[in-house]
Amino acid sequence: MIDKGAPLLALDKVETRIGPYHILHGVDLVVPEGGATMLLGRNGAGKTTTARTVMALWRASAGTVTFGGRDITREDAPTIARLGVGYVPENMGIFSDLTVAENLRLAAISGQLDPKRLEVIFNAFPAMKRFWLGRAGTLSGGQKQMLSIARAIVEPRRLLIIDEPTKGLAPAIIANMIGVFRDLKATGVTILMIEQNFALARAIGDTVAVMEDGRIVHHGGMAELADDDALQRRLLGLSMSAHQ
Amino acid sequence: MTTHAPAPSFIRRLLSGDLPRSRILTVILIAIVVGLVVAPFLVPGARSLNTSAKILIFIALVASYDLLLGYTGIVSFAHTMFFGIGAYGIAIASTRMEPGWTALAVGTSCAILLSVILATVIGLFSLRVRAVFFAMITLAVATAFSTLMSQLSEWTGGEDGITFKMPTIFQPAYRLFEEPVLGIVINGRILSYYAILIAVVVLFLLMLRIANSPFGRVLQAIRENPFRTEAIGYRTVFYRTIASVISAVFATLAGVLMAIWLRYNGPDTTLSLEIMVDILLITVIGGMGTLYGAIVGSVVFMIAQTYLQDVMVLVSKASEHIPLVATLAHPDRWLLWLGLLFVLSIYYFPQGVVGSLRDRARGT
Amino acid sequence: MSKPVTAPVTADIPRQPVDWLPVALPLIVAVAAFPLVGNPWTWLTLTIAGLAMGMIIFTVSSGLMLVFGLMDVLNFGHGAFIALGAYVGLAVLIPLTPWVEATSVLLNSAVFALALCAGVIVAGVVGFVFDRLLIQPVYGNHLKQILMTTGGLIIVEQLIRAIWGAETVSFNLPASLRGSWLLGEAAVERYRIVALGIGSAVFLGLLLVLTRTRIGLMIRAGVENREMLEAMGYRTRHLFVGVFVVGAMLAGLGGVMWGLYLQNFTASIGAQINVLIFIVIIIGGLGSTTGCLIGALLVGLTSNYVGFAAPKIALFSNILLMLLILLWRPQGLYRVVDR
Repeated sequence: MIDKGAPLLALDKVETRIGPYHILHGVDLVVPEGGATMLLGRNGAGKTTTARTVMALWRASAGTVTFGGRDITREDAPTIARLGVGYVPENMGIFSDLTVAENLRLAAISGQLDPKRLEVIFNAFPAMKRFWLGRAGTLSGGQKQMLSIARAIVEPRRLLIIDEPTKGLAPAIIANMIGVFRDLKATGVTILMIEQNFALARAIGDTVAVMEDGRIVHHGGMAELADDDALQRRLLGLSMSAHQ
Repeated sequence: MTTHAPAPSFIRRLLSGDLPRSRILTVILIAIVVGLVVAPFLVPGARSLNTSAKILIFIALVASYDLLLGYTGIVSFAHTMFFGIGAYGIAIASTRMEPGWTALAVGTSCAILLSVILATVIGLFSLRVRAVFFAMITLAVATAFSTLMSQLSEWTGGEDGITFKMPTIFQPAYRLFEEPVLGIVINGRILSYYAILIAVVVLFLLMLRIANSPFGRVLQAIRENPFRTEAIGYRTVFYRTIASVISAVFATLAGVLMAIWLRYNGPDTTLSLEIMVDILLITVIGGMGTLYGAIVGSVVFMIAQTYLQDVMVLVSKASEHIPLVATLAHPDRWLLWLGLLFVLSIYYFPQGVVGSLRDRARGT
Repeated sequence: MSKPVTAPVTADIPRQPVDWLPVALPLIVAVAAFPLVGNPWTWLTLTIAGLAMGMIIFTVSSGLMLVFGLMDVLNFGHGAFIALGAYVGLAVLIPLTPWVEATSVLLNSAVFALALCAGVIVAGVVGFVFDRLLIQPVYGNHLKQILMTTGGLIIVEQLIRAIWGAETVSFNLPASLRGSWLLGEAAVERYRIVALGIGSAVFLGLLLVLTRTRIGLMIRAGVENREMLEAMGYRTRHLFVGVFVVGAMLAGLGGVMWGLYLQNFTASIGAQINVLIFIVIIIGGLGSTTGCLIGALLVGLTSNYVGFAAPKIALFSNILLMLLILLWRPQGLYRVVDR
């Protein structure tokens, strides 16, 4: 982190097609190292597709994805994960047949759980400790989300891609999550988060990118966007900040 | 690229607007149709008449399978079961009742009723869960059915099958005219042949109509993207089940024709695994989802089957001293070569003859 | 295997609601069949035969269940490995007839073990080739998968006929596995007990691997959500090839056992049992080992009871069983995969 602000992840004119549908029409996105970048936009704008394209779960049909200076456009998902990218998908991707412990153990690619990191996780999400040997499928929605995030941070990562972590969660849990993400940021990890909840985005984000129709239509500091009601309205629709 | 002369509108209507769309294919199809019409006069003899009749019946059978495999995108292993139901319907009715037109009508209607019920139940049970279950469940039901048929020997003749009589005009001894026509005696066999020819033409045109109806287009949409079609508001289970029922009814009718032609039915002629493999292979070779593929595929396949097995006998005899070659070339291993051909076709030739010809005509 | 971190386990772990009803099903079927059979000793004989058959069917089905669950690959050619197992077992037993007929338990066991090993190895090798040639090229396309693997089954079956002949083959069990023990008035064939033992060992072994090893964790996770497993850094292709080969090996093992159970069979032994396997897979639910076991036991028991009471409808009874279970639980008894 000597060169704070140099891009850790960069997408250059990325296009993605899913079957007959053309979803991303040339996404240019830069995620600086350190700090949190929030990816905002309406439903269907292509945010999740962008995240999945970075993870190589869907293939870019054009353009390049660079991670830490390395072209990863043609790499497969396992390689990208092993470069130090933790991924929390929109649907959480919990293995419900496995216990909480097994979910975390599998997430540690080294095969070993680091007790210190585990302690951090237990502090952030006490439920993980409480339900350690419970089947993940029996957890509540919020707990599943916590488990999904816990899996992503069970080992040191360079980049966390988190897709809508607050979807469908109660406000009290969201407040707790904000604290967790802030602590995470303090450890120096870079975060790329897709979020619809503007309050949370404002509380965590350093930079922000807004998507529309498969393109990035705005790129800049979080603070500017937060202070500019007119810009918010134009980019995100009327309801966004008025809502919170 | 070939350019198309506009087809006369009555032909267009007859073919439900689904023209061959390739000049070479058009020529081949016309040659086949003409060939089948004049076959009894062109190449007289029991064996070639038999081959031509089997080609006709397989055209109906394979086209009905293509409605399912090619247009709906689901694999059924019960197609021979419905084929068999049709044939057994005629066989049982003709032995239990006075042979004749009434027996044919009763046998056909009972067979269709049974097929409709079975196809509906199978469809509703398996397609509700996952489309792949359909393949497994049809296989299970078809196996059970063929076991049952060989066990109910009192009705079905068991493994030996049953021979039965046809209405007088279809009996070999029947003469339509005193004198031969163009050197050929118009007997009951020839009349059966032309009856089957007319029936197959009607069935085929009907299937062409179904495939090109709005219903057929929904089926193709489901094949391409089941989730999306469901999301638009089409009940995929309903459509797929209806498709499987329609396909079953046509297969049953093909079975009826088979029984009329052979005046015999047994497990080997309609229910065996080998016939299922034949159907699969013809559908793939001809071109899935084209219906015309059934015509081209059946002709190629039947001619190959009739005459290649002779070649195998020769090769096997000639290579008597080379142990493995002789065994592999033995006509009993016919199915081995079919299997190999089948796998290679799916791998290297997935569009089949008709698909490839159409691609060529389109210039791709 | 990683040493589990000793996190203090507090009292209020949510009790996993164990779904006992499916487990009780074989018992219910056994009890329900009692009046149908009438004689208690016959019933006992049939029950043991049914359980033994069920364990063999489980052994041959388990691999297919995992492959289907893990990679969504439906292998219609699975029966080919079973047929191969049966014939390879035969190929070992026939030349070693002196060992088979010897009165020494040791020689008998040795030849039995040898047959099992040979079946496992050959089926594994053929499984690897099968996967490369017939499954990988059409990966992700259900329709072509079904067609390709059906073609594969036909090819293997025909090759077996070319090598070993098309006639029914028959052979003897090793001497000390023949005959029966008397349990009251019930005759319990020895080999069935052996089959029960081997099948149980396979089940326990699978369960141990799946729950106690890291590979097992990966398999279970992959069955449920392959994509997430990849996104966590695991390459599932090798895992799949491994599972496929092991599945083929288990089918080979079960094939030797099934051949010895039938004692005479033809090359269509594989295609025939394919039907039962599919019924088991559908009954059991996708990707569940326990569901697969219960499904197999149900099929084994039903086949034996109905085969005794009304032999003509034996195969239909299994289909009826499947339909009933699908009516009750459209997704099968237990379902792990959520597709």
